[in-house]
Amino acid sequence: MQVSLTVNGAQRTADVPANTLLVDLLRDRLRLTGTHVGCDTSQCGACTVHLDGKPVKSCTMLAAQAEGCSVTTIEGVGSIDDLHPMQAAFKECHALQCGFCTPGMIMTAISIVDRSVERKTKLDEAKVRAELDGNFCRCTGYHNIVRAVLMGATNMKETQHG
Amino acid sequence: MAEATAPATSVDLARGSAKGTGIGASVRRREDGRFITGRGNYTSDINRPGQVHAVFLRSPHARARIVNIDADEARRAEGVVAIYTGKDLAADGIGDLPCGWMVHSKDGTPMKQPPHPPLAVEFVNYVGEPYGIVIGATHFAARAAAELVVTDFEELTAVVVTADANSPDSAQIYANIPRNTSYQWELGDATAVQAAFAKAAHITRLDIVNNRLIPNAIEPRAAVAEHDAAKDEFTLWTTSQNPHLARLILSAFVQVAPEHKLRVISPDVGGGFGSKIFVYAEETAVTWAAKKVGLPVKWTADRSEAFLSDAHGRDHVTHAQLAMDANGTFLALSVKTIANLGSYLSTFASSVPTYLYGTLLAGQYRTPAIHVAVDGVLTNTAPVDAYRGAGRPEATYILERIVENAAREMKIDPAELRRRNFIQPSDFPYQTPVALMYDTGNYEVSLDRALIMADYKGFPARREAAKQRGKLRGFGFSCYIEACGLAPSKLAISLGAGVGLYESGEVRVNPTGNVTVFTGSHSHGQGHETTFAQVVSDMLGVPFESVEVVHGDTGRTEFGLGTYGSRSIAVGGSALVRASEKVIAKGRRIAAHMLEADVSQIDFEKGVYSLRNSNRSLTFGEVAFAAYVPANYPPSEEPGLSEKAFYDPGNFTYPAGAHLCEVEIDPNTGVVEVVAFIAVDDFGKVINPMIVEGQVHGGIAQGIGQALLEGCVYDEYGQLLTGSFMDYCLPRADDLPNFSVDMTVTPCTHNPLGVKGCGEAGAIGAPAAVMNAVTDALGVVDLPMPATSERVWRAAQHKQARA
Repeated sequence: MQVSLTVNGAQRTADVPANTLLVDLLRDRLRLTGTHVGCDTSQCGACTVHLDGKPVKSCTMLAAQAEGCSVTTIEGVGSIDDLHPMQAAFKECHALQCGFCTPGMIMTAISIVDRSVERKTKLDEAKVRAELDGNFCRCTGYHNIVRAVLMGATNMKETQHG
Repeated sequence: MAEATAPATSVDLARGSAKGTGIGASVRRREDGRFITGRGNYTSDINRPGQVHAVFLRSPHARARIVNIDADEARRAEGVVAIYTGKDLAADGIGDLPCGWMVHSKDGTPMKQPPHPPLAVEFVNYVGEPYGIVIGATHFAARAAAELVVTDFEELTAVVVTADANSPDSAQIYANIPRNTSYQWELGDATAVQAAFAKAAHITRLDIVNNRLIPNAIEPRAAVAEHDAAKDEFTLWTTSQNPHLARLILSAFVQVAPEHKLRVISPDVGGGFGSKIFVYAEETAVTWAAKKVGLPVKWTADRSEAFLSDAHGRDHVTHAQLAMDANGTFLALSVKTIANLGSYLSTFASSVPTYLYGTLLAGQYRTPAIHVAVDGVLTNTAPVDAYRGAGRPEATYILERIVENAAREMKIDPAELRRRNFIQPSDFPYQTPVALMYDTGNYEVSLDRALIMADYKGFPARREAAKQRGKLRGFGFSCYIEACGLAPSKLAISLGAGVGLYESGEVRVNPTGNVTVFTGSHSHGQGHETTFAQVVSDMLGVPFESVEVVHGDTGRTEFGLGTYGSRSIAVGGSALVRASEKVIAKGRRIAAHMLEADVSQIDFEKGVYSLRNSNRSLTFGEVAFAAYVPANYPPSEEPGLSEKAFYDPGNFTYPAGAHLCEVEIDPNTGVVEVVAFIAVDDFGKVINPMIVEGQVHGGIAQGIGQALLEGCVYDEYGQLLTGSFMDYCLPRADDLPNFSVDMTVTPCTHNPLGVKGCGEAGAIGAPAAVMNAVTDALGVVDLPMPATSERVWRAAQHKQARA
């Protein structure tokens, strides 16, 4: 079946089997391999992308369900020469080691900040830890990820980014 | 960071205040750019033109005979390219997956090994064992076809429980392995231990289980293989921590392809923790099949497959006894362990509960007599092999739990009892009674620093305050030692290692003066591209940005043994130091010729060769250019400026530290909160403190995971009950606290950087610290790991009922 959607600002159309997951469309058809697959039970969050601005686990929905939607993947967040403040914070805080969970982690982190802005709530360590609940990292012990999310939040507000 | 002769006040350097990009600076990682923007290149991101997809047929039974495999219907299914079984590989002469370390039993006989064909032929011996490969045009086609394969199994009685595996009542899995016992290994002086126990004033005894873990790197294993028929050459991209070792094993033992016809590439690898050291069935079958079908073949494990078929870790059942005099001085330690090796001997399985375990039982203490006996048993479970720490966490867990219990029994402060028994700085080099010779250390300094950070003196008040709130507060210690950078090769080989344990490095100076560094180490999160560039740029005096680090490709790096056992900086880094020294020395000879002086008159500092007592000098870049455009050039020198080194360490390195944990338990829910975790480690000199701290954090997280959350469970039939992230509890962000980390420094005495290695420390130290705190809070002798809320709640209720 045909699926049309906007990915990182560009209109994309693909002909895929009806059972194709969104993550497979992104990775295998559009070759956006920054979105990773770390499990098969929607537990790890490595595949997190933004769907119309909200974080979703792209292994948990069909590509067809994204018809007409706007998807942002890690590739659409920022580039090496023009990092998003959250990406920059992850680097600055050494919030990644192997890097495999990192794209999903950053997509979730940006959403955590977006939500806190929307709801006018203040982020602190406990809140960030609670809201990172859907993303596994096996390398960092989360200590530096939590620092990065808080730093990224401050920087996002300063730059009005994201 | 402080030299450990002075009280440790290390924070500045550990927080990365050293300026610049050289040794000691917390340089931000250069590899991060690609990872944070989604431009990493992991194996499953690789797609080859015309590739087809593999799915494995896996045993649903823990132990069974394969009676018949009917794949006729599956072969006719749409999109199926080929289906092969173990018999097809065997017919092509594909050999068994070998175990690379020959352990001998105490009676001198070699360990007994079951046959281990990559794909099972006649028998399957654990749930998830692959016995066939289905190749389809798409992943879904292969998967759908795999469902159509009908296999008749004759189920056999499975052996599952570690402690019962060598019982005469258990079934015998392999005809040639009575009592399912691969080896009965021992180390130490049993007679001396017996004599010491006879005169002991106090003996502390502990029966203890080290729970089985599933490593769970977040990137599942994957392999893409292709065969170039024109050249008869294979390329295998795979998630390996040691691509050269994989090539060596696939070539010399499994015989998929000769070494010079097989290129193994480990691109970006998403964590390993040991589980990606080994050569598995899947990459073997995929490589073989690529030639068979004449197309690139790709396989990516799903998480369920990872749970079933990645090598697991730990799984020991131990009885330990510690003998002391009336003053609490340790007289002797006796340890008996049954170690579950799983169904087959994985690549380094045999060495983990022996040479990486028994040799560590002296810990930080002057225990004069130690004896350890280990029965390595086979069961119908997934193979067990090295997982972060590999043997050393098991040794630390026993020792630090029994020492803590001894302190409680003898009513001596646990810190004080440890102090009384620490090996003193003046004792180094210290020969332990279990083979190792520690070169250096200062254990008391780390403990002192940790106690201050933990506000140990304030603990009684905090405990009392918690009690007022109806909570139970506990404090636990763990003073661990580890042995990293297994060495030297000659010794390791004499003890059964099938490979050397050196590392290679090459420093290739390009004509324009920038530098390409090739290392046999492999980074899968450790940040070598940054750390190794710091070392080489610091030594050569060239800008950090001018040094590129290449790793993970047998086609680019000459040889290497990869990354495991916290060996990369101590062994791989040392090789790069040696190669850099050779480059500097050759440059000095070239500079001497160009400056018309004797070599002895040339100084080299910060990238400049200068003639002593003159204003004449040449930059490193000028010398490099001259080496490639040799107009004014010493006649005795070959052109070019590229040097290699193989570094074989003279000894292990011995990182050590003090890990302290404070917990608070709600007896009504059994929830354990880790309220503080303090780690003060001595890794010797540190190249990049930021990266080292990160390694400590990650290790601690896995250690706390083992203590409180993670446990692999098979049922009595050998079915894996913890086969997904819904059943196996990996730590999440809100399960863990922030960590308080600091370092002390006693430089390693035998490698050029004075470094020791840091990758496994957290996973080694943390479990005992946490469990000592939990048992302290509950007032119990032991509680099995993981100390889940249910177990803790039961213990708390039981205690309250008895009170």
